[in-house]
Formats: sequence, C-alpha cells, structure tokens
Amino acid sequence: MTAQPYLSSSPHIRTPETTDRIMRVVIYSLLPACAVSVYFFGVAALVLLLITTLGCLATEALCQRLMGRTPTLGDGSAALTGILLALNLPPYSPWWLALLGAVIAVGIGKQAYGGLGCNPFNPALVARVVLLISFPVQMTTWYAPTPLGSGLDAVTTATPLGEMKTAVMLTGQLPAGLQSPVADYLIGNMAGSLGEISALALLLGGGWLLWKRIITWHIPVAYLGSVVLLGGAFWLVDPSRYPNPLFHLLTGGLMLGALYMATDLVTSPITGRGMLIFGFGCGLLTVIIRLFGGYPEGVSFAILLMNAATPLIDRFTKPRRFGYVRAGEGGRA
Amino acid sequence: MNLTREFNKGLWRENAVFRLLLGLCPALAVTTSAINGLGMGLATSFVLICSNTVVTLLRKVIPAKVRIPAYIVIIASFVTVVQLGMEAYVYDLYRALGIFIPLIVVNCLILGRAEAFASRNPLVPSVVDGAGMGLGFTLALFLLGAVREILGAGSLFGISLFGASYNPFLLMILPPGAFIALGLLLAGMNRLEKGRR
Repeated sequence: MTAQPYLSSSPHIRTPETTDRIMRVVIYSLLPACAVSVYFFGVAALVLLLITTLGCLATEALCQRLMGRTPTLGDGSAALTGILLALNLPPYSPWWLALLGAVIAVGIGKQAYGGLGCNPFNPALVARVVLLISFPVQMTTWYAPTPLGSGLDAVTTATPLGEMKTAVMLTGQLPAGLQSPVADYLIGNMAGSLGEISALALLLGGGWLLWKRIITWHIPVAYLGSVVLLGGAFWLVDPSRYPNPLFHLLTGGLMLGALYMATDLVTSPITGRGMLIFGFGCGLLTVIIRLFGGYPEGVSFAILLMNAATPLIDRFTKPRRFGYVRAGEGGRA
Repeated sequence: MNLTREFNKGLWRENAVFRLLLGLCPALAVTTSAINGLGMGLATSFVLICSNTVVTLLRKVIPAKVRIPAYIVIIASFVTVVQLGMEAYVYDLYRALGIFIPLIVVNCLILGRAEAFASRNPLVPSVVDGAGMGLGFTLALFLLGAVREILGAGSLFGISLFGASYNPFLLMILPPGAFIALGLLLAGMNRLEKGRR
C-alpha cells in the first residue's frame, strides 16, 4: 500500500499521545472491572474475554487483509473493542455468541465503515445490540454472581432492572424489597453483564482515565447527572412506581456506558458543549427506555442513538474560528 | 444487435439489484425468505416482459410528452393482472408479499427499462431485454432471500437445515439484516469482479 499523505495542523508540535498509548491506557483502566467479573463469574468470564478479544483481533486482521490495507493490530483498538464487548455480555454466554459478536463488532461495526476513526457507532455496542435483537434468550439469561471459592452453583436470576420492569408491567408497582444494600451494587454483587456489575471498579478505572486526560468530565457528568435528575423527578412524583435515582445510577449498564461507551473518542462530539448535549441526550433516552420502554435497560440503545446524532451535534457546536465574527441569527455559524 | 448480449447484461453486468441498485425497495423489504424473493422476482419479471412488449409496440404511437403516464398505465394494467392472478392461485405468497405487489407499479427497474430500452428498440430485443433484466432481478432477490432465510431462520424454502439446536440469527430476517446482507453480497460481488479482471 502506498503511504498516505500525513496532514496535521502544526507539524512542529510533538505529543507522546498516540493511538496505541490511549488504547493501552483504556485497556489497563478496565482491568479492575475484568477482575471483578472473574471474581464473581469465575474462569468462564476469563474465557469469554479471551474469545472476544482474539475474535476481534482476528476479524480486524482478516478485514484489513481483504481490503489490501496494512494491518494495524498493534494499535490496540480491536483488543479494546473485544474487552468492552465481553464486558457487555451476560456471564456464561455460549462461545459462539461471543465469537459472532466479535465478528460483527469489528467486521460490520468498524471495518465496513473504513476502520478506526471512520465508524459512526461504537463497535462493541453495535455487536451487543445485534446479539440482543437476534438472540433474546441467550442475551437475557442472567446468573446470580458466585464469588470465587464460595462453592455455589450458578443460578439464573433477574437483573435488578429486569425485576423492576417485570413487576411494574404486571402490577404497576415496584416490587417489594427491590433495593439491595448499596454496598452490593458498588462491589458488583448483583446479576448483570460481566463488566457492568461493579460500579466501584468502573469508577476506579474511569477516574484514572479522567486523571490521564483520556476522557473529559463532560459526557460522564452530563449522562449520570441527567439520569439522576430525570430519574429523581419521576421518583418524587410517585416513589411506589418509579425507583430512586441511586438505583438508576448503580444498576444496569449505566456506569460502564457513561464512562467507557459514551466517551468513545471516535463516536462522541468534539467540543465540550457538544459532549454535554450528547451526555444529556443519552441520559434522557436511558431514563425513558428504562421507565417506559419494552426493554428493562436502555443504555446501549441510548448511546447508539446519540452516536447517530453526533455529526449533527458537532455541526451546531462548532466553535467560532479565531479572527472570524459569528454570522447573525440564522446565519451559518 | 446481439440478442445474447442483451439477455446476459441483466444477469451480471447490469444486474438491477447488484449493479444498478434499482428496485431496492422490494429487494430489501420482501426478501425475508427464499420463496418470497423468488415470488416477487417472478411477478416483477412477468410485468417487466409484458410492459416492455407493449411499450415497444406502442412506441411510435405514444406522444413523447405524456410517455411516462402512458407507461405507468401499461405497467399498472399488468400489475393488476399479476395481483389478481396471485390472489387466486398462490394466496399464501400473495398475503406474504402484501402491499409490495401493487407497488410493482412504481418499481424503477420496470419504468427504467421502458424509458431506456423498450421505447427506443424494436420488439424482439425489448422482450429479450425484459427477460434478461427480470431474470437477473429474480436471481438477486432469490439469493438475498435465501441468504437471509438460511441465517435468520435456519431453513431454505421452509425446510429446516440445521436441526433444532440451531439458534437462528434473527436480525437477518429483520429490516437491518436486509441492508447488511445486501451490503455484504455487493462487497462479495465487487471482489469477484475485481478477481476476474
């Protein structure tokens, strides 16, 4: 392949920030969440992580070979997609589900659009939603966590959000005893996808990403904040029908989504203002789907829908160019 | 004029679905199974051949300014024939294809051949053109329907292929599956084409 001309605005300014460094940092920041998933779901979690990661790497290599491009496995983006995908799968998912998800994530979610940086949607979420729509049984069979060494057998159970949705649909009321101790939610002692259960592990990793300046505060704060505010508003109106904001915050895929999926550098807006709009949109859609939709959880749908809106948001939040005066109302910004 | 060439072009070189991307609405909407794709393709082919025949016969009679309404009336007549015929003889398929049978009237493949070919060529080439294009369209819809049915339902023509343990890839028979399957088939065909050169 011939060398692409490399264009940058200020070639004399150097930064150690490279794609593979960013991807590496994000992967390291996911290690606590991976560790929690292995603690609660055992070797099966590790196997799923391996299948999706290797599957994503293999698909990336195959696609780039077919398209006659230089393989870019070293940049770590495919490995990261694989890890995020595994963290979005139910524990004890069959191997073919994980492998198919990996092929869809990288093959259709990413390489079909032209590879890293060209995909409008978060690849791991594309795969998750495709699998959720195609294999509803496998994708909504949840297991209660069985800590390593506890000697317990895996039992199927409902996620907190699933339990809520079923009860609300049947009786119009929240189930009694819905809320577990907050500590359980924080460490991840509840049913859910591999990586979404422990809010604490995710906050740890997300905090490190913020500190490393890989992500900015805008999207997580806007997303989590709007869920708390909107969820809280409904809770104040009718606490017997709508769960409290803390429950919204700590259950389901919200933490994983707000910290890792919505902040995907490729598929989220560029400006701070745009990110705030993006985060608020995600929060609004998540609350609407959770409280009124057919699915118990709406984080992945919300983020994908806002991914689709990202080019529009970028267009309307374009900063004023230096030296230019913004055109009047109705003019082109 | 080479008749074989006129016939063959519809199969691959100017295939309506895979090359010209014409008639995508039925191609995407009804191809949830092989039989639906085949039925839609054959119905469209019938209308296409008949309308090409009548348009070419009347090409010197129809004033240029009102040719499009005239073509539409001709096409609509044959669509009515197909619709009533299918309702009488293949009722299940008629129910499955639903609104997309009357919509054959506005299939841009049919109008496109009337305008681009039948209205400027004599009878025999026009009929051959219609047959080739129709067959190409049928093959494309059948292929799309077969791929989607095999993956999305694990069967072909309603016959189960993989046994009960197969978990169907439901997305493929839902609307997004149509776009994904068409895109991947197009990519595959482009790759084949590149290999042949």
